[in-house]
Amino acid sequence: MSAQVRIPTPLRRFTGGAEAISADGATVGALVDHIESNHPGIKERLCDEAGEVRRFVNIFVNGEDIRFINNLDTPVNEGDEVSIVPAIAGGSG
Amino acid sequence: MLDTFALFPTEGPPPAGPLRVPSVLHLIGNTPLLEITRLSTDIAPSVRVYAKLEGFNPGGSVKDRPALCMIQKGIENGALTPDKIILDSTSGNTGIALAMIGAVLGYPVELCIPANVSIERKKIISAYGAKMIFSSPMDGSDGALELCRERLQEHPERYFKPDQYFNPHNSLAHYQTTGPELWWQTKEQITHFVAGMGTGGTLMGTGRYLKEKNADIQIVGVEPDDAFHGLEGLKHMDSSIVPGIYYEKQLDRKISVSTEDAYETVYRLGREEGVLVGQSSGAAMWAALQVAREIDQGTVVTLFPDFGDKYLSTNLWIGWKEYNQRQANMRAEGAA
Repeated sequence: MSAQVRIPTPLRRFTGGAEAISADGATVGALVDHIESNHPGIKERLCDEAGEVRRFVNIFVNGEDIRFINNLDTPVNEGDEVSIVPAIAGGSG
Repeated sequence: MLDTFALFPTEGPPPAGPLRVPSVLHLIGNTPLLEITRLSTDIAPSVRVYAKLEGFNPGGSVKDRPALCMIQKGIENGALTPDKIILDSTSGNTGIALAMIGAVLGYPVELCIPANVSIERKKIISAYGAKMIFSSPMDGSDGALELCRERLQEHPERYFKPDQYFNPHNSLAHYQTTGPELWWQTKEQITHFVAGMGTGGTLMGTGRYLKEKNADIQIVGVEPDDAFHGLEGLKHMDSSIVPGIYYEKQLDRKISVSTEDAYETVYRLGREEGVLVGQSSGAAMWAALQVAREIDQGTVVTLFPDFGDKYLSTNLWIGWKEYNQRQANMRAEGAA
């Protein structure tokens, strides 16, 4: 399954500046592994040592938060749009 | 222990402090300094750790100080006239402060905000009557900054932009208030000031004042350990648009904090010190404790930018159950 994955600004240094990339995988977890193989370093930003999505990272499949579906086992279908969004805005203080 | 607190003194004069004020703006500043005792059990006995509780400002954060200073100076120098709208980009607390001050002084306020700031912040800003324009959640605070610049370029005559990232009155507010307060509150004993970096205003202004009083005081900046982080309010400087008021050479040191460590420090502050704060305070506390562990004597002061009630709906609390479970397991192991 091929999906479009939207990459937030702080992770675009891993994608050569690309705002969106194509990736393959039947689940979000497989998709993340595929992205890692093409853009090394990105997975450890998204997942902790136990392999779970870091708590400040939100991943959406077609606008639905995967925490409310099946986390990394959430299925991905052909043409789905996946967004990686940090749970912050940054910049006061 | 409780009976040593004079919660309701029965004799003597009432405690000093503003009992009646003509406006909520008169309540900005003069926030309390809290000694941290439970989280600091592994430091030398001659080291004291304090946190300045900026959540006591009427708008609920440290940002009341620079927002008021920037608006006052704008009125004084004629840049902010009664026909203008106050416009700025903000990830929340500055927006809340500007909205509150605009409400008191009668200026309309428009704010460019990343769409992924917490729902509580958006509701508070709305409650003060300010208008919000949302930038993409993918672009963080820099996206809001760009959106604000575009809006200003379209109608420069319509707006007054406090411009917290580039306005020297941001750090001036801290030079004039936060710095002297800390100097006085620590009885001139402060040796280290540790604070988070967002615009850099708190560190630059407070740091400059403290260095003038005692050049040996160490000024320590706290930042996220990576460009991709969950510390709302803090900037990873190397990967961000560097604020014009930020001068790295004025810092003695920078400490990087992981999002996970900062979040767990927030949990500990709630459970052990009874202080519920936001994630930027957790990061500041984590770094201040690191500094405190390295020294044999001294007074380490950090600053908690706000309280935690604005973040209850955010990812900050996603790991809370696991943290509690780990604590329970450790207690069980200890008892066995």
